[in-house]
Amino acid sequence: MSTLHTVNKSPFATQALVSCLNHAKAGDAILMIEDGVYGGLSGTGLTEIIEEFGKNVSLYVLSPDLDARGLDAKRLIGGIEGVDYAGFVDLVAKHDRTQAWL
Amino acid sequence: MSDVKKFLYVNRKAPYGTIYALESLEVVLIGAAFEQDVALAFLDDGVFQLTKGQNTDGIGVKNFSPTFRALGDYDVQKLYVERESLEERGLSEDDLIEVVYEDEDDDWEEKPAIKVVSRAEMADVMADADVVLSF
Amino acid sequence: MKIGVLVSEGPYTHEAADTAYKFVTAALAAGHEVPRVFFYHDGVNVATRLSVPPQDERNIQQNWSALAKEHGVDLVVCIAAAQRRGMLDANEAERQGKDAHNIAEGFRISGLGQLIEMGIQTDRLVTFGD
Repeated sequence: MSTLHTVNKSPFATQALVSCLNHAKAGDAILMIEDGVYGGLSGTGLTEIIEEFGKNVSLYVLSPDLDARGLDAKRLIGGIEGVDYAGFVDLVAKHDRTQAWL
Repeated sequence: MSDVKKFLYVNRKAPYGTIYALESLEVVLIGAAFEQDVALAFLDDGVFQLTKGQNTDGIGVKNFSPTFRALGDYDVQKLYVERESLEERGLSEDDLIEVVYEDEDDDWEEKPAIKVVSRAEMADVMADADVVLSF
Repeated sequence: MKIGVLVSEGPYTHEAADTAYKFVTAALAAGHEVPRVFFYHDGVNVATRLSVPPQDERNIQQNWSALAKEHGVDLVVCIAAAQRRGMLDANEAERQGKDAHNIAEGFRISGLGQLIEMGIQTDRLVTFGD
């Protein structure tokens, strides 16, 4: 049993991503969407925390949201995978429940 | 899968500044009629929803905190409140309103519905749900 | 797989209604069923037939109405949230003595029970909000 968590806020604006990371279980997936994609950037003040907490979970970003914001996938923290909306749907189907961190 | 699903209402926002807390409570009240397994989670700023002494006279908005106390009458028996979220905000269990339910399996004894749990226990509660509704 | 969707933020200010639309379109294309989308909080404002966005912008309401028409997705607007925000269908407008109604084609107004029922009857529930 595992959960897909979605985070749609910048981690520089709210605690949603950190709170999500604090509650995610090993084997869960976290998909950063909308302004949440800023959480996937490397070289920020939060990168280290996200890398540390993210060790046991799979991290994804919604690529169309990344593209819209002019962020190159090369700037993402290593191991974060980009998915499109079809990939989002696959993640929802693959995990037993979806929890949105609004 | 059995007919009864575990519904978890996750409350992470403070009351009054936005309508989410009130409209979340409205879903809980309606959902109670569906005879599902219902639990509420309060973490992050959501713990502010349960504080004592709310007085909304000055802002002209309905004070809905008494409605939480009625949840027991709707057979909502599990309000999980995260200890770390309370502590980060300088709160303790004493700052929270009292919510009780009558336990039909124990001669209708009144029992507290609010259960203060650790962050790890809250993660377990979340991972145990079938349907998570976030507000 | 049956996927239920909750949209809990309004159009244009937030991206939620756009992401939800893209998600539902992709889910249907992948062969999943999306029997119902429930609109709550400011999400009810997606259902107004009176919005007139600039011609070079997407029309969020029309996108959703088209999904309902083409794929039979049941678009349900929460009645309590809708009434607070001035969203009325013809029946409600008459019942409340209002001189206008504004619910677009493909949307219907109903109670919160429809959200709970969606949670019970679908395999997954995905929430888009703020």
